[in-house]
Amino acid sequence: MDWGPLILTFKLALITTAILLILGIPLAYWLAYSKSRIKPVIETLVSMPLVLPPTVLGFYLLVAFSPNNAFGNWLNEWLGLRLIFSFEGLVIASVIYSLPFMVQPIQSGLAGLPSHFKEASYILGKSRLITVFKILLPNIRPALLTGIVLSFAHTIGEFGVVLMIGGNIPGKTKVASIAIYDEVEALNYDTAHTYSLILLVITFSILLTVYLINGRYLKKFGR
Amino acid sequence: MIQLSLHKTLHTANGNMLLDIQLKLEPGEFITLYGESGAGKTSTLRILAGLLAADRGKIIVNDTVWLDTDTKINLKPQQRRVGFVFQDYALFTNMTVRKNLEYALERNQDNSIIEELIDMVELGELQHRKPNTLSGGQQQRVALARALVQRPEILLLDEPLSSLDTKMRIKLQDYILKVHRQYKLTTLLVSHDVGEILKLSDTVHVLEKGKITRSGTPAEIFTAHQMSAKFRFTGEVIAIQPEEIVYIVTVLIGTNVVKIIAQQSEIIDLKIGDTVMVASKAFNPVIQKVI
Repeated sequence: MDWGPLILTFKLALITTAILLILGIPLAYWLAYSKSRIKPVIETLVSMPLVLPPTVLGFYLLVAFSPNNAFGNWLNEWLGLRLIFSFEGLVIASVIYSLPFMVQPIQSGLAGLPSHFKEASYILGKSRLITVFKILLPNIRPALLTGIVLSFAHTIGEFGVVLMIGGNIPGKTKVASIAIYDEVEALNYDTAHTYSLILLVITFSILLTVYLINGRYLKKFGR
Repeated sequence: MIQLSLHKTLHTANGNMLLDIQLKLEPGEFITLYGESGAGKTSTLRILAGLLAADRGKIIVNDTVWLDTDTKINLKPQQRRVGFVFQDYALFTNMTVRKNLEYALERNQDNSIIEELIDMVELGELQHRKPNTLSGGQQQRVALARALVQRPEILLLDEPLSSLDTKMRIKLQDYILKVHRQYKLTTLLVSHDVGEILKLSDTVHVLEKGKITRSGTPAEIFTAHQMSAKFRFTGEVIAIQPEEIVYIVTVLIGTNVVKIIAQQSEIIDLKIGDTVMVASKAFNPVIQKVI
């Protein structure tokens, strides 16, 4: 059996989750505290991947990244980035696709904190950055863990977007979910079984761990 | 000396209200803002701490300008030397009691103050516990100690004892008085507990609908106006009978018939059918015609 698709899947999920964590925290912070008028629009955009068929997202990204139009051409010419049928393209698509799974838990975690935490810290002379890292984030650990794990698991489970924008290039864009589809089409049910079972067991264990840890944390702090 | 003059339109449940406050605080003074909820007490504290922006105003604290909307000076909460005790304590649940106090230390500040404050509010045995495992009164002491770590110029207390039972309140009032005197603080308390105000404050300002309507010592404010007419009812005179040297006036108050002894001078302009007010001043009821 070829382990390539599985390794590629986890590499994609890991990189996507890392990028999402860096992007998700400031975005969730802004969404949790901003009173801006455009907030509902941004909230809607972030949540779109929850309801949009993955193929729709994949299709638009395919069109946008295609070197046949202005934006794709600019990426290609100036940055040397070919985002369609490449791993980099997959990463960007996955980040957009899993964005709500990172942002929403963190946003509701922050919104659920006592409103005076931030103000108390400011009055004690601490900057916004110190407040975020020493007070706000440590107090929403369960939400952070949920965001990280859901993004990771969701990226593993991705199919439609990957198929649209990445295609099926072994070692580059052929992730496990695509490989399973491929093997079934070729009537290699045994290989499809192995891939499926591995994904099933791994995602089950990841999610179970999160719920166990969060359950204990919540019990301990009674919130 | 601390001087403030603030204007702000507040959006309340009953529509807009103009907050218009002028205050002067002498160093070492203990001042209370008293009033119904929604009168603007908490907003005043929040503007003073820099948590809420004023529409117009000026705050000068010991010759330093904290806020001046004319010259666009507005210090951030981080730059104002205030201690603030929130109604819900706002203790950081991810840190122990001691770490909560240490978090408040300024860069390069000597941490001997931590030890001193822990002793002062008697938290020694609890210092390594997390705030969630403490009782309300204990949490309040932590919040009070944490607010004092940076040696603030003003201590702001926003109904700090409202969620405690009476016994705990009295104990906490003693702690507040103790730190107020020990650190020679200028303290501004928001409260609507008359007993608490009588015990703690030098001066009371009564806030009504965003404005200070009365100011004075707690004794002046609360005895002159509130205790003079402890009971007061209005009713209708149904009979006036002479009895030896006094008169008995029968008054219908609601569904009750009440007999009141009155002197001739009191009944002189009373007749049957008049609306009167019956009030009790300590012992003897007073009867007075309502115009």
